Amino acid sequence: MTSSLVTSERPKWDNKVQYLLTCIGFAVGLGNVWRFPYLCQIYGGGAFLIPYLIALVFEGLPLLYLELAIGQSLRKGSIGVWHSISPLLGVASMIISLLVGLFYNTILAWVLWYFFHSFQEPLPWSVCPINENRTGYVQECVDSTPVNYFWYRQTLNITPDIEESGTLQWWLVVCLASAWSIVYICFIRGIETIGKAVYVTATFPYLVLTIFLVRALTLPGATDGLRYLFTPDWTLLMDPQVWLDAATQIFFSLSLAFGGLIAFSSYNPKKNDCERDTLVVGLINSATSLYASIPIFAILGFKATSNFNSCINSNILDLTNAFDIGETNITMENYESWLTYLNTTDPDKVSGLNLKHCELQNFLDQSASGTGLAFIVFTEAVIEMPGSQVWAVLFFIMLFSLGLSSMFGNLEGVLTPLLDLHLVPKWMPKELFTGLICVMNFLVALIFTLGSGNYWLEIFNSYVGSIPLLVIAFCEIIGVVYGCLCFRFSDDIESMTGRRPNLFWRVCWMGISPIMLLVVLVAYVVVQVQKHPTYPAWNPKYEKFPESEVKPYSSWVFAICVLLSTVPVLSIPIVAVYRLIRRQTRQQTGSSLPNPYDNQAFSTESFKTL
Amino acid sequence: MLAGVLLLIFLPPLVAKDLCKDSQDGFKVRLSIKTGLGDDAYEWNESEMFLFRSTLAYAMRKHSNQDTYTIDNILVCNDTQRVSFVFVVTSTDDPDQLIPKEQVELAVRQNKHRINNAFLLSDMTLEFMGIPPTLSAPIIYDTEPWLIVFGVVIGAVAVGIVALLMSTVSKKRRAKEKAAGLSEEDEGIVKENGTALSSLGRKEGVYNQAFSNDDRFTKL
Repeated sequence: MTSSLVTSERPKWDNKVQYLLTCIGFAVGLGNVWRFPYLCQIYGGGAFLIPYLIALVFEGLPLLYLELAIGQSLRKGSIGVWHSISPLLGVASMIISLLVGLFYNTILAWVLWYFFHSFQEPLPWSVCPINENRTGYVQECVDSTPVNYFWYRQTLNITPDIEESGTLQWWLVVCLASAWSIVYICFIRGIETIGKAVYVTATFPYLVLTIFLVRALTLPGATDGLRYLFTPDWTLLMDPQVWLDAATQIFFSLSLAFGGLIAFSSYNPKKNDCERDTLVVGLINSATSLYASIPIFAILGFKATSNFNSCINSNILDLTNAFDIGETNITMENYESWLTYLNTTDPDKVSGLNLKHCELQNFLDQSASGTGLAFIVFTEAVIEMPGSQVWAVLFFIMLFSLGLSSMFGNLEGVLTPLLDLHLVPKWMPKELFTGLICVMNFLVALIFTLGSGNYWLEIFNSYVGSIPLLVIAFCEIIGVVYGCLCFRFSDDIESMTGRRPNLFWRVCWMGISPIMLLVVLVAYVVVQVQKHPTYPAWNPKYEKFPESEVKPYSSWVFAICVLLSTVPVLSIPIVAVYRLIRRQTRQQTGSSLPNPYDNQAFSTESFKTL
Repeated sequence: MLAGVLLLIFLPPLVAKDLCKDSQDGFKVRLSIKTGLGDDAYEWNESEMFLFRSTLAYAMRKHSNQDTYTIDNILVCNDTQRVSFVFVVTSTDDPDQLIPKEQVELAVRQNKHRINNAFLLSDMTLEFMGIPPTLSAPIIYDTEPWLIVFGVVIGAVAVGIVALLMSTVSKKRRAKEKAAGLSEEDEGIVKENGTALSSLGRKEGVYNQAFSNDDRFTKL
């Protein structure tokens, strides 16, 4: 009973539900809400589901099963798990989790900023602020839209160029500090507190999505949006870009190769059916993406319809005022007939009015993904809905909980390997260590609160969260299947789930998934290399403002991009070489024989079960 | 003689119309009653026009501090279906003299709020062409609302963190006390497997079920 003999027990989940909710929360993140609907829309609606489901079945589920099984059987975080194959696979995962956690929480800080402002009446992004001498509205706002102005100027205070760093925006620092504090309070004791927090953060988004679904379907124009989203365009299936995007979307959506899933399943009891867990997590993730796209697109359809209506109404007003016609004589229905009549009687005057060309399709085509969807398009839609504050608050809380549960996975992907490597000094309590991690992350993430922060975030998003993950996943699957774990792996699974993995899994692991991953990786690299690295900059002095100015990255910035992509994965061959060298030197000193006393059958954990 | 009388009778309105139509000092007014009031919209008729002329006379009175302006000083023309028309203001001293545009503009701007309210309209629905609406002052808060929400959230989080840390500290302290307490009882009471006998209610030893008296199955 005395604590000196027994090492501290590995923490474990209170119950299966916590574990499943945590994995689902990690997989279901912001991308399910703001990336999948966009892809669905631009790649021919219902037709996109075909490459998506194929990628899920042949690439996503096998890799997910692999990670969950590995973590559960070896009961270590990513570094420990890959120790026998290539320890640096784990370190690469850890580095990537760290880097992604940095910028992901900055997005949550932005969500918090919008959340704090959603309690105002009127919503601050609905009106332009008045300029200093009270003669009119701020010019930048008048040129673009109030929503854009609020995002680019009042939130980000963005500089026109990535080279101009600007200063730290104090309000963003404050929001970032609150975001990290909220993350800390949930993460303070590792999975003990995470397991309780996910009861809320993983389930709340579903509640809000349902509320939005009910509200959105009653809005005018919702059916236009849904029809636009789901109308399949089968011809697009010929385009290889669609398949590439489907494969990458599934891969990033399931949060594979971060090490977080391995960490979570390592806290499971040995006898746990991870095959069923895989199916549950994978299918719920995809179902959530589909479920989220319905209210999102209904609301976007509503926004397109209201934009179309205001376009027509402004034309009607121009006509009524120019021709002094009675007020409600021209309506939306007879607009066309009035226009033709006026064109025949007085074409010069009509053309002098410069009437806007209004077409519903154009408004529906204005889609966006990522931060553009959440902070520009959706906020604009929310203004038009009656009771905007309520919808804005709900929406931003939903985004925050989606992102928070994904942050848990990122941080666990960092914490668990460090704990397993015993890098934490014995005297340091876990609370202090997690606090240190949060504080250090906060300090580094201050980069993203500079004036040019958004540009840097885009760089991190595109370069860290893409190619390195694909490389790691590829090495993972090759390592497990063809490495030394190969034959024991099926036995391990049999002991955990009670049955050997069936033919489908084995075929996928040995053949289909690695080939698919390799093709996706190569295609992704080829596409990236062909594109000249540019970024859209918000420059009020640009002549075509409010369009973004497309600027190329300067050489030092591009060097950083390349570094971000390659350094995490460079560690894998570097340590392989290092081990080779060490093995050489050990052979020379003659101690290459394995230690006969190193009997791994008697680990400290099995000691407890006597 | 008759012609002269007729001319005298019809001259003022004709002159008035000329003053209104040709002048540079007039303003075009546009009302969007149906847009502004929807179902509660009233009909635009002579009485409403009368009200308009009297509100403008009121505005001129306030601006010039002269109580001599009457409804006859406000001339209206170019009435259209849109409900838009042009008006001019004649001087109180000389009915043929018009008040310059700038004066009228100032008078309207100062009293736009009262004019709007007389017609239950707003700056968007009662427009004076050429007179931009004075933008309402931006609301200045003592504390920005977002800082209040932020304060609430951060306060709750801070309380939570402190509570969790305190519970960890107290848990550790209790564990330490238990360990210290157990080591004290070592001398006095016979310990078996780490539990003090006192917790067993002073039983005589521990009943070891491995050696049961049931020898049904242990016959060699």
